[in-house]
This record gives sequence, structure tokens and C-alpha cells, in this order.
Amino acid sequence: MEILVASAIGVLTTGGVYLILRLRAFPVILGLSLLSYAVNVFLFSTGRLAINAPPILQKYGDATYTDPLPQALVLTAIVISFGMTAVLVMFSLGAYLEAGNDTIDMKDAETEDDAV
Amino acid sequence: MNHWIIAPVVLPALLAPLLGYIMRHDIVLARVASAAGTVALFFIALGLAFWAADGGTHVYRLGDWPAPFGIVLVLDRLSAMMVLLTATLALIVLWHVIATGWDAKGRHFHALYQFQLMGIFGAFLTGDAFNLFVFFEVLLIASYGLMVHSGGKVRLQAGLQYLVMNLAGSTLFLFALGTMYATTGTLNMADLAVKVPLIPAEEGAMVRVAAVLLLIVFMIKAALFPVQFWLPGTYANAPAPVAALFAIMTKVGAYAIIRLHTLAYGPQSSPTAGLVEEWLFPAAMVTVALGAIGVLAAKRLMPLLSFSVIGSMGTLMLAVAPQDPYATETALYYLVHSTFSAAALFLLADLVISRRGTDTLSVRPPLLQNGLFAALFFGGAIAMAGMPPLSGFLGKLLILDALRDPTLMPWAWSGILIGSLVTIVGFARAGSILFWKSTAVRVPEGAEPIDAEPRPAPATAAEVGPTMALLALLAALAVLAGPATEYMRAAGTQLFEPDGYIDAVLTPVEKPEAPDPHAPDPLAEEEH
Repeated sequence: MEILVASAIGVLTTGGVYLILRLRAFPVILGLSLLSYAVNVFLFSTGRLAINAPPILQKYGDATYTDPLPQALVLTAIVISFGMTAVLVMFSLGAYLEAGNDTIDMKDAETEDDAV
Repeated sequence: MNHWIIAPVVLPALLAPLLGYIMRHDIVLARVASAAGTVALFFIALGLAFWAADGGTHVYRLGDWPAPFGIVLVLDRLSAMMVLLTATLALIVLWHVIATGWDAKGRHFHALYQFQLMGIFGAFLTGDAFNLFVFFEVLLIASYGLMVHSGGKVRLQAGLQYLVMNLAGSTLFLFALGTMYATTGTLNMADLAVKVPLIPAEEGAMVRVAAVLLLIVFMIKAALFPVQFWLPGTYANAPAPVAALFAIMTKVGAYAIIRLHTLAYGPQSSPTAGLVEEWLFPAAMVTVALGAIGVLAAKRLMPLLSFSVIGSMGTLMLAVAPQDPYATETALYYLVHSTFSAAALFLLADLVISRRGTDTLSVRPPLLQNGLFAALFFGGAIAMAGMPPLSGFLGKLLILDALRDPTLMPWAWSGILIGSLVTIVGFARAGSILFWKSTAVRVPEGAEPIDAEPRPAPATAAEVGPTMALLALLAALAVLAGPATEYMRAAGTQLFEPDGYIDAVLTPVEKPEAPDPHAPDPLAEEEH
């Protein structure tokens, strides 16, 4: 299972980084989403992977349990990345509608022309 | 337990939704409420600073959970100073915004402004690494809104860039926190300071990875060399008063580096020994050079000021890198100075640009109050470049004095001195084009139809006041350098004696003797 989770994180991160480097709004949004999925799975696995174990301590006895803290962290991270993705979509829509193209990088000449 | 510690977070958090939902249609009401809230924040921050000056580390446990399990807010000299700095800056910038009517040019300015303050205060006060991430997100999401306030094509594009850059940075932050938790089993900074030194150096590779990732994240925030590219585009295209407030945001990154690398990754922890000295110093050197060259090369006023911010961050980080109390003391002095001087220049730039109609460095007919603006620009420029009599001179002098280590001195001294010289030349060039050459422009006869639109009104005292207040603060910082450095010396000493901090946060739990049997032992987990 470790191999599966580790390679999943790796593939998601690779895809995310590749898409971000495309510098067009839609691929960048997808890329950042992939990255946030990767980081969520990564955070989840920081408490060590355990199957069929409750995230709470059994009273008495040394029954196996899984660390609940990373799960709480992942929930926070999911909520935040969800909100941020929404903001990002609105921003890129706004920038696309105003500028007429969806590239992320700004041309210098364009900025100068606009400023004059 | 004193509840005032959480007031700088709770007050804006309560005020912002009220501003956003109830007062959204009444700009006067929103101004009054926002100003009242910011004044209250200023006095709270003042009270906290006096309270922290006694040298104690005051801990606020949220929900009264004991320290490594619950989140704590910690007030010591450094965080109190940063909170007071933020509150002072926020008050002055808000004054400028209300006087110039910037807040009416878009919606929800005041709500976003309060959320921004909440995030910044939280980041300075928190004693928990994951909570630091959450407050970073709060201040970032508010800053996205402020950055594109009043809209416009270029501003939205620049805002999108800023947003993408910081989202990538946040992901990196989470990866770093995950690695940190996986290796040490805790995210509480004081607990980290106990746990990290216990890990032997040969097993500390993952700890080092986490520390380096965190360093990169904070370097993004502080706009240091390999990751500074976002700053000129963002600051130059943000509304100028917002850029003035953002002067504190780069300092959040500097604060986080200082805090974590004196506490969790401090000199006593072997896995990360030498990390900051090795990596931060060269990065800061390049940043100083980049800032100076950028100031000299800028074709517009706002990018020029942005590059001067980058240069000042480089100088600041040069003093953070050696990791000793005296250098940190000088870094703190320069931090306060560079925040105020950058903000003063951005506020002045707003006044000038709104009257000239453009921020290109080109010769235009003189402004109505050319002399006044020229004098203010002169004041701000000598502060930023580090000339006497304002505090920039003392700040740079102190930093030079702190960097006497023979291995650092040739690089640091030549970097700072040459950088300052180039910055002076850049500012002199900009100032003479903007204010001096323009007096030679004669408006040709018959050309007045172009200028038929009413000339901008002369700046009122209320509009110029905030810039003057900031310059006055810089002068005060220079005059009162003795008491100020006294406080910062105490703060620096406190930082490098982390036992007080650790005891204050962890003591009531009595943890070292009887570790919680259920908590996985991080060292045992390291084995397999």
C-alpha cells in the first residue's frame, strides 16, 4: 500500500507541476488542484498508514489506532484549498474577460502601453 | 490567562463580517467602524507591547487545552513588537485610504482590510506551525481581494499571477508541515524546540528537508532571491495604499524565519545546524543586488519602489542570517524602519500618481504642489536608501556593525554599501525626472485644450498627513534609537534563550516526566 500511496502522490505532483508550467489559466487551475490533492494524500499519510484502525484510542489495552491529527489537518487543508480554488477561478475569469486572453504571464510591453 | 492576547485576532474577525454584510452600502458608516476598530487595535497592541516589555512569555491556550495538544497564542517581546508595528501601519494606511477615497473605488475594502489585519496579527501571535499556515491563508485571501481592489485589466492579471504564486507556495507549506509532523510528531513550535534537538544529526535528513521546505516558503513571502519574482508585478500593480500595507506582509516571512530558526530549528538543534547561515546569506546578497539594479533600471515609479522593497528585504535578511542576538537586534531595528519607509514611499506615490495620471518616469508639467511632493519624496528616498538623518542610516550602520565576522564582512559590507549607492542614484534619477525637470517644462501656447479638464485639486492636509506621519515616525525612530534598540536587544536576547518560551508554553502539562502513553514516540517511529 505504501508503494501505491507514494506513487500516487508522486504522479499527482508531477502532473500538477507540469500543468502549472503551462501558464494558461485553465491548466494552471487544474494543476493547482492536482497539487492540492497530492498534498492532501501526503498529509493523510504523515500519521502512518493503517488499515481498519479507528482514529480514537481504545480504552485500556494497546489496540491499534490511526493518528487522528493528520485527518484533522487534511480536513482543514481541503476546506482551504477548496475556497482558494474558487477564488482562483473567479480571478482567472475576471482576468480573461478583461484582458481577452488567459495567459498567466504578463508581457512587459503590454503593461507599459497600458500605463501610458 | 489574559484574554487580551487574542483580542487582535478576534476584534477584526468580528468587525469584518459586520462591515461586509451590514455596512456594505453605507461607506460613511463603514469608514467610521473600520477606523474605530483600527484605533482600538492600535491601543490593544500598545497595551500588549507594554505588557510584553516585562520580559515574560505570555501564553493564551485556546479552549484551555494544554499546550502540545491545543493551539496556543504566544506573546513575547518580538511578537508584541510586530503586532504594534502592524497596528501603527494599519492606522496610518487606513487614514490615507479614507482621506483619498480609495475605499469607495471598489467594494468591501474595509471588510477585506480587517480580515487582512486579522491574518497578520494571527501569524505574529500564534505558537503553532499549522495555525501559522491557517493565518497565512487568511491574510493571503484578504490580500488577493485588496490587490485587485478597484479592478482594471493589468491589475487583475497581476492579481492572478500573485494568486497562483501564493497557492503554489501554500501547497509547499503543507508539504513542509506534513514532513515536519511525520518526523517529530508535533506541530507546536515550543514542542518542536524540545523534540528536534533530540533527533541525532545522522537521522535528521527528513527534519532538514522539512526545514528547507519551510525556509523556501518563508523566502517566497519575504521575496528573497530565487523566489522574489512575484513582488514587483504585485506591488507595482496593486493600489498604492494597499502596497503600503503590503510592506508588512514581506515582514511576516522574515518574522517566521526568525521565529522558527531561533526556536524549532535553533542553533541548539543539530539536524538543521548551519542551514540559515549557508543558504540565507547568499540568497540575501543576491536580493540586495537585484533590488539595487531594479531601482536603477525601473521605468515607472511603482516598480522602482517595489525593487527598493526587495533591496531592503535583502539587507534585512543579511542581518537575520548570522543567527546571533546582536545581528537579530539590528535586523529588528531595520525591519521596523524598512516597513515605515516603504509605506511612506507608496503613500506618496499614490498622491503623485493620482495627480500626474501616470506612473511612468517621464517629464510632465509640474504638479500644483511640486515642492511639497518633492520634499516628501526626498525624505522617503533618503530613508529607503539609508542616508542620515532618518533611521535608515542607523539601521544600515547597525547591520554593518553586526556583520563583522571576517568570513561575511567583505561580502556583506560591499553588498550593502554598493547597493545603497546604486539605490541612491536610482532614487535621485527618479526624483529629478519627476519633480525637477518638470519645472523646466513650459506648456506651449495653444496646447491648453488638452489640459482643459480641471486640474487635480491640491492635496489637503488630511491627504498628505499619513505620509508625513510615517516620515515623522522614521525621524522618531532615529532620535529614539537608544530606547528602541534597548527593546530590540531584549527581544533578540529573549529569542536566543528559548527556554523561557518553551517553559511558558509547555510547563502546566508536566510533560517531560510522564509522556502521554498514547502519543506515538517520534523517536521510536524514526527507527522503522
